[in-house]
Amino acid sequence: MRESTALGDSTETPTDTRTEATDPHDAADRFDRTGAEIQQVFSLEPGAVDDLRTRLAQTAEARDLADVAYRTLDSPVGPLLLAATPLGLVRVAFAREDFDTVLQTLAKKISPRILEAPDRLDTVAAQLAEYFAGTRRAFDVPLDYALSTGFRQTVQHYLPHIAYGHTQTYKEVAAHVGNPAAVRAVGTACATNPLPVVVPCHRVLRTDRGLGGYLGGLEAKTTLLTLEQAA
Amino acid sequence: MRTPFDEAVTRHGGTVLRVCRAVLGAGPDADDAWSETFLAALQAWPDLPADTNVEAWLVRVAGRKAIDITRARARHAIPTDALPERPTALGVARDDEVHVWAQVARLPERQRLAIAHHYLGGLPHTEAARIIGGTPESVRRAAADGIRALRRTHHADEAAQSARTAHTRKEHPDA
Repeated sequence: MRESTALGDSTETPTDTRTEATDPHDAADRFDRTGAEIQQVFSLEPGAVDDLRTRLAQTAEARDLADVAYRTLDSPVGPLLLAATPLGLVRVAFAREDFDTVLQTLAKKISPRILEAPDRLDTVAAQLAEYFAGTRRAFDVPLDYALSTGFRQTVQHYLPHIAYGHTQTYKEVAAHVGNPAAVRAVGTACATNPLPVVVPCHRVLRTDRGLGGYLGGLEAKTTLLTLEQAA
Repeated sequence: MRTPFDEAVTRHGGTVLRVCRAVLGAGPDADDAWSETFLAALQAWPDLPADTNVEAWLVRVAGRKAIDITRARARHAIPTDALPERPTALGVARDDEVHVWAQVARLPERQRLAIAHHYLGGLPHTEAARIIGGTPESVRRAAADGIRALRRTHHADEAAQSARTAHTRKEHPDA
């Protein structure tokens, strides 16, 4: 395959990548390109494109072309979106965050080379399934903290040190990361945690033991805390 | 482009597959052209200007990939005296969906290329003509002739189908 010339061959590739205005000849006998006839007459068997997408994801992985791979996963706290860079898991998102919006943000902040490529996320998906089944207490997957910086990242790095089934207050976390006055900033770090569940911000509560907030909703936070108490 | 590449696959995967099949017939060659198109697109994606007409751009890439494969196929073809029997070489009629692609495969090459680039791919006649050769007018005619032939077959098939259904109902009124 002439891979490198495919898009770069100036003799074949129009330099203007935008579509030119429709030429006047078209108007007279413009076909029905609204898609109805095309879909009806030029039909594709169900699954034809899906099979090709699966193959595309595998080849892209083999050639290191996908900067962000993602998949979705059903869980007791609703569907989760998992996304990973070659460095590690970069994002866990709840359905209420809207997966399309999450992917748009990943495209802007990390890379638009995003593909649904479940294989890269096999390990973390399996560990999450074990966690939700109550048979796993800690995650052992590489994490990519690319979506957070500074103090927020410091807090997020600290959170996995809160043991399974235990909780700490925002105030306690602030003290542990060496900035006892930064209670509010700890709250923000938890609220913007790009890796919820895996980085357990759900184990951080208010000083009065109130739930505080949670990206996935308070119901999800309660579900996770109850799960960890029961196991 | 700063939008997720995956969206382009969702949105245009079907169109690109139709273009590849119109040029190459339904089968492994069209599948390869589809894959090569999206792999090349994935690589180029971040550098693509944001105002690009993505569908038209993908159709151009797919057209070139399909032509590459056609040429490779011609190069690797073994010359023989007798024409081999290959009724299923382009588009095996596995079921109704694939049936149409067998019909497309029987059209003259020029009609198939015109249908692929203009009708299925949505490129204007002028641009389709630049890619497949000839004048815009000849592309218009080739696409129109091909589509007319396909519509005829499609509607004849449908008529035959409903005639069969009507016949069955008459024979077995309780069915």
